[in-house]
Amino acid sequence: MPLTVETSTSIPLVDAHEIALEPVARQEGPWSRAWAKFRRDRTAVGAGVLLIVIVVASLLAPLYASQIAHTDPFRSGLSARILINGKRVPVMQPSTQGLGLGVTPIGPTWGARYLLGADTQGRDVAARLLYGGRNTLLIAGAATFLCFVFAAILGIVAGFFGGIVDLVISRVLDILWAFPVFLLAISLSIVLISQALVIGPFTIGAGSLALPIVIIGLVYVPYVARPVRGQVLTLKNSEFVLAAIGLGIPRWRILLKDILPNVSTTLIVFIPLMMALNIMTESALSFLSVGVQPPDASWGTIILDGESLLYTRPAVSLAPGLAIVITVLALNLLGDGVRDALDPRSKLRPR
Amino acid sequence: MNRRTGRLMRHLGAATTAFLLGSALTGAALAQSGDRADMMKQHRGGTIRLVAAAAAGTMDPQINYTLQYWQIDQMLYDGLLAFKKAPGAEGFKVVPDLAEEVPQAQDDGKTYVFKLRKGIKFSNGDEVATKDVVASFQRIFKVNGPTSGTFYNGIVGADACIKTPASCTLDGGIVADDAAGTVTIHLTQADPEFLYKLSVPHAVILPASTPAKDMGTEPIPGTGTYMLKSYNPNQRMTLVRNPSFKEWSADAQPEAFADEVDYDFGLTEEAAITAIQNGQADWMFDPPPADRLNEIGTKNANQVHLSPLTAIWYAPMNTNLAPFNNLKVRQALNYAVDRDAVVGLFGGATLGQPTCQILPPDFPGHVDSCIYTQDPGDTWSGPDMDKAKQLIAESGTKGQKITIITEDAAVSKNIGGYFQSLLNDLGYDASVKPISSNIQFTYIQNTSNNVQISISQWYQDYPAASDFLNVLLSCDSFHPGSDSSINIAGLCDKDMDGRMKAALKQAVTDPDGANKQWAEIDKAFMEKAPWVPLFNPKHVDFTSSRVANFEFSNQFYWLIANSWVK
Repeated sequence: MPLTVETSTSIPLVDAHEIALEPVARQEGPWSRAWAKFRRDRTAVGAGVLLIVIVVASLLAPLYASQIAHTDPFRSGLSARILINGKRVPVMQPSTQGLGLGVTPIGPTWGARYLLGADTQGRDVAARLLYGGRNTLLIAGAATFLCFVFAAILGIVAGFFGGIVDLVISRVLDILWAFPVFLLAISLSIVLISQALVIGPFTIGAGSLALPIVIIGLVYVPYVARPVRGQVLTLKNSEFVLAAIGLGIPRWRILLKDILPNVSTTLIVFIPLMMALNIMTESALSFLSVGVQPPDASWGTIILDGESLLYTRPAVSLAPGLAIVITVLALNLLGDGVRDALDPRSKLRPR
Repeated sequence: MNRRTGRLMRHLGAATTAFLLGSALTGAALAQSGDRADMMKQHRGGTIRLVAAAAAGTMDPQINYTLQYWQIDQMLYDGLLAFKKAPGAEGFKVVPDLAEEVPQAQDDGKTYVFKLRKGIKFSNGDEVATKDVVASFQRIFKVNGPTSGTFYNGIVGADACIKTPASCTLDGGIVADDAAGTVTIHLTQADPEFLYKLSVPHAVILPASTPAKDMGTEPIPGTGTYMLKSYNPNQRMTLVRNPSFKEWSADAQPEAFADEVDYDFGLTEEAAITAIQNGQADWMFDPPPADRLNEIGTKNANQVHLSPLTAIWYAPMNTNLAPFNNLKVRQALNYAVDRDAVVGLFGGATLGQPTCQILPPDFPGHVDSCIYTQDPGDTWSGPDMDKAKQLIAESGTKGQKITIITEDAAVSKNIGGYFQSLLNDLGYDASVKPISSNIQFTYIQNTSNNVQISISQWYQDYPAASDFLNVLLSCDSFHPGSDSSINIAGLCDKDMDGRMKAALKQAVTDPDGANKQWAEIDKAFMEKAPWVPLFNPKHVDFTSSRVANFEFSNQFYWLIANSWVK
């Protein structure tokens, strides 16, 4: 699914006309202008705050598990009992009605213990949700970073040097674009059942978080590298770059001083959007048993755990599902805000 | 065990009494009255609609080895003998089918003479003749039937047929006398279970003209109450009445009440439950999903039929791989497992009974015994973690890595998750790998995959202790490097093998004495602890309110032909 992001970063950040017409603004750099515009966007700021809350909550997962829920979210609690309204009740509750078929995990207690109920192993869903957030955000974040490093290098090199270099890189990106990521994940999950994946000096086990990070990080490189390459192609023919070339400035210096700063806004705009996409991909990969392995949790694996409880305990799947929705929504809103802030043609103006 | 994919032992288990509910009681009354003709007049007709998540492959009865289609095959085809189509443990009884009677063994148990009934016709109108019997037994080998090398390899000439199936004649093994209407089967040695083996669908009699190849979806004429009209594995199977059928034995091949059986494929378990509740389907092959059990057990209790099985869920431990090559570790895990918790994962105490031995209850050779429990005795009472931890400490294997291979189905995966948590508690570094149910069973058998421990199940083929002990734990069942090495634990103990061979031999002349031997063998195996036996399951059938006279045979599950639809 190609991402389309409206950017106008082909226009140099230093706009001569603006400088001439608005002498006050001359004191401000492009970044401080963007920050001022961003702060005015309440939706984006709200999204940013929400993301911070989610990250902090996830980081505090061990504290929640040990001090509030008093549970080990990675250990089966099939025989566990908890005190509710003065009564000790089993976490896994056998049916006492009709034919007495089935055993159902306890539902949301809305108390400190089993706030969102238990999963099929009798584990506290709320505690696992917070732990799951750590893994999900870590994988998505690291994959996004990896993706951007590769995308920036490949996009800039292909666009700037052109010719055979551009041809080769572009075809590689085409291949990568067409690669069926989930098919690869399923294949890897089979291969990794009994042995680690050895690539040269690197050994990746089935439970290694490096696996989903690398898969996601690499597969989405074309999504970012292509727009970057297109922008570099435009920048390469812009007057200030042509002037630099004419002055005999070394190419590496042009790349670092003239090209990179101008594509950085594109990259920044892409970050929250790719992060959102990566969270969803991570969840899907975990669902396919690649990456986070039980008893560890990610939002994807918790949804998987709740799959068999959809009728009786929908909260097990709904909770991580909502967490993904909220996080992805917040990232998208933040992405929109960042794009508007960095866009000189945006209607938002700093006060 | 995935009950859909082909494998050895896919069949139902025994119990001395079937646990039949609701309309089953009507069935018992009906059987007592014996007034089948009246019932047939009242209830004949209609269509029974079955659903399953997926088809089960070829409809060739000599090749398909799935519970799903053996249940169908028994209505389409007949062998010389058959398991009685009766509810409960009566279903274990072998009755004459195309043969006039169950023959007495001759020549020290090495010869059986069958006299064919006259006038029985295939659905194509041809009368069953001795040549069809000879050709059918040859065909078992010519199509490389999955049990040709295990069930029928004792027939004289079978060795040559296994080597060169295409030219199989079973010369000297199957001898037909057309004039007398008899077929004589000669065995290389006495086989106390041979009559059972003749009663399963792989030994059905087909027309001699049936091509010696997997017929796949193409109907093969049979002698049963129904004939296969059409089969599309992606859509539907349709059975209609066999125009040549005349009931000769209600025990062996009862005439069906319903005119037609439609078997639809592709409905998920959740959707199947809803379809049955809405009266859009009459029965589902797949077990009801765990999170709908309480719902159907309360809202549709009179449509739920619970039946005990002679089956077992267990965790085979690889006795040739660390840490399970250490007896103390295997015993420790047996002490540590909370069978009640595992039963809870299967659906609760109503659906499973904890066990710590190999033979299921009410099975030949079964004597209650549990040595791995808090209070060793007849039954399991609770886990003994202290004893388990002590044994693990003595073994010096703490900290080792263990991978548990489970199916990707919910119950198996959840049991794997519990084992992982338990092994971590015992000091190991455990992980779980759920893999597709389609490949898990063969994957865990192959020693090349270095599986340390897995979750598996076993359903009987026929009611004999050897079907569990000899099949699952003999040296003959251990084939390193093969996907077909059903001795998953890899335990090859010559002494135990000798004891099993002696019990098999004794069974020819003294079945009761042999069963006592099997009980001892069961206990002796558990002292070596190649498995962690978990529980004996019960079967849940969920039928629509249209279905009446539900009868559950311990051998072949629901006897579809004996039910009618309102």
